Amino acid sequence: MSKLANKHENKHESKHSTLTAAIDMVVSQLRTMALVLKHTFTKADTVEYPEKKPYLAPRYRGRIVLTRDPDGEERCVGCNLCAAACPVDCIALQQTVDADGRKRADFFRINFSRCILCGFCEEACPTYAIQLTPDVELAEYERQNLVYEKQHLLISGVGKYPDYSFYRHSGIAVDINGERKDKGQAQQEKPPVDIKGLMP
Amino acid sequence: MIEMIFKLIEITVIIALLIPIAAMLVWVERRMIGIWQDRLGPNRVGPFGILQSAADLLKILGKEDWVPPFSERSVFILAPVIGAVCVLMSFAVMPFSPSLGVSDLNIGLLFFLAMASLAVYSVVLAGWASNSKYALLGGMRAAAQTVSYEVFMGLSVMGVVLLTGSFNLREIVLAQQDGWLIQSQFIGFVIFLIAGIAESHRLPFDLPEAETELTAGFHTEYSGLKFALFFLGEYLGVTLISSMAVVLFFGGWLMPEPLASWLPPLCWFIVKVSFLILFFILLRTSLPRPRFDQLLSFGWKYMLPLALFNLVATAALKLSGVIV
Repeated sequence: MSKLANKHENKHESKHSTLTAAIDMVVSQLRTMALVLKHTFTKADTVEYPEKKPYLAPRYRGRIVLTRDPDGEERCVGCNLCAAACPVDCIALQQTVDADGRKRADFFRINFSRCILCGFCEEACPTYAIQLTPDVELAEYERQNLVYEKQHLLISGVGKYPDYSFYRHSGIAVDINGERKDKGQAQQEKPPVDIKGLMP
Repeated sequence: MIEMIFKLIEITVIIALLIPIAAMLVWVERRMIGIWQDRLGPNRVGPFGILQSAADLLKILGKEDWVPPFSERSVFILAPVIGAVCVLMSFAVMPFSPSLGVSDLNIGLLFFLAMASLAVYSVVLAGWASNSKYALLGGMRAAAQTVSYEVFMGLSVMGVVLLTGSFNLREIVLAQQDGWLIQSQFIGFVIFLIAGIAESHRLPFDLPEAETELTAGFHTEYSGLKFALFFLGEYLGVTLISSMAVVLFFGGWLMPEPLASWLPPLCWFIVKVSFLILFFILLRTSLPRPRFDQLLSFGWKYMLPLALFNLVATAALKLSGVIV
């Protein structure tokens, strides 16, 4: 239509080209309608959600979990890096040290009504403890129910890293499966240096 | 006395059918637009979402029926009523089938044009009484648009009147027994349709409400039941223009012989109207909205001369005996 109006305003145009423009306009509109009408026979792109779930990739950033190492122990050492990385401050935790030297979170609380599922906590975590899962169905009727405590967050599995165990790598003396692992006994760890010795 | 009671029953039946049809159209339109945009549209309430309109109605009844304190109260309330009533009044002269139809007014076509013109008061008064800039702009646009487009809406149907020799809609239908008027009045039909879209403020000529620029145009300040009345008016308007086009150009309830015996006349009427309504919806999905000055210059510079040409040509052909 604009084409037509412009042509008409332009006094230099001949009568013939105005007519051509008018025909062009009509053809263009009819063509648009024909193209839209063709979509009667195309399949809808809609995924009817509650009945059909869309595919979510394994690394999709959904509900946050705390994983365990292959020995079944908690991976989280309560280092607070996730809470520091969290841009909305939705993670709260307190570290505690067990009698055998193992560190763990005394409490671990994520407020999912604040969480933006950005995944920074997962990136910050040095022990692969905190991980995001492809589960997005977090809706609750009461806001308070969105505050997850440690028992809600802990899962029995290993998550995305099946073989990794922090304490088997680190030089901290702890009990693993009831067996004492002293300093210098971890994987790829050299015996401790005798700092009082004279040899380099 | 008995006759009057029968008429009243007939009127009640027609209104009782028309209003649910207008409500259903909201659902049909949303579904069809969905299909054409590769979506599904509302399909949750009832089978295929057929009860969507009922749910919408319940919701809209639960809304606060707010009259803005800065508005002109009485006019504000009157405006949506005028719109719905004018469109419903037009249906009084509509011959739905050989037996169904409220009135065989001998100036039925003029009555329809008069009512279509009166309906603009609804929009203009709503725009003015709302006392808000968006509503006022919408109302002004509606006034200019309707005044421009009803000029050649009237002219476009004069070809039909010339050929049938009657303003009575029933006689116009009966005059098409040998062939629909679309054959000889194709230009008239196109102009009537374009004017009809503009009269009922449907896309692509929905400038009075133009969401993208005027929020909601003349019904910006309306809510609840009064808003629903505007919607009812709009969808009744679509039905009205489609029915009128069927009566004037597609032979009303008439069908060529092998087909005519398959369905009762009223059903054929409904089938034809449904096709035109679907066409209206297709227009809405596919065409963009013109600028306001483009709309007016299109009307006055192209449609009006074309309508006049159609009228003169029809008259000349009729006089020379080429078409009867």
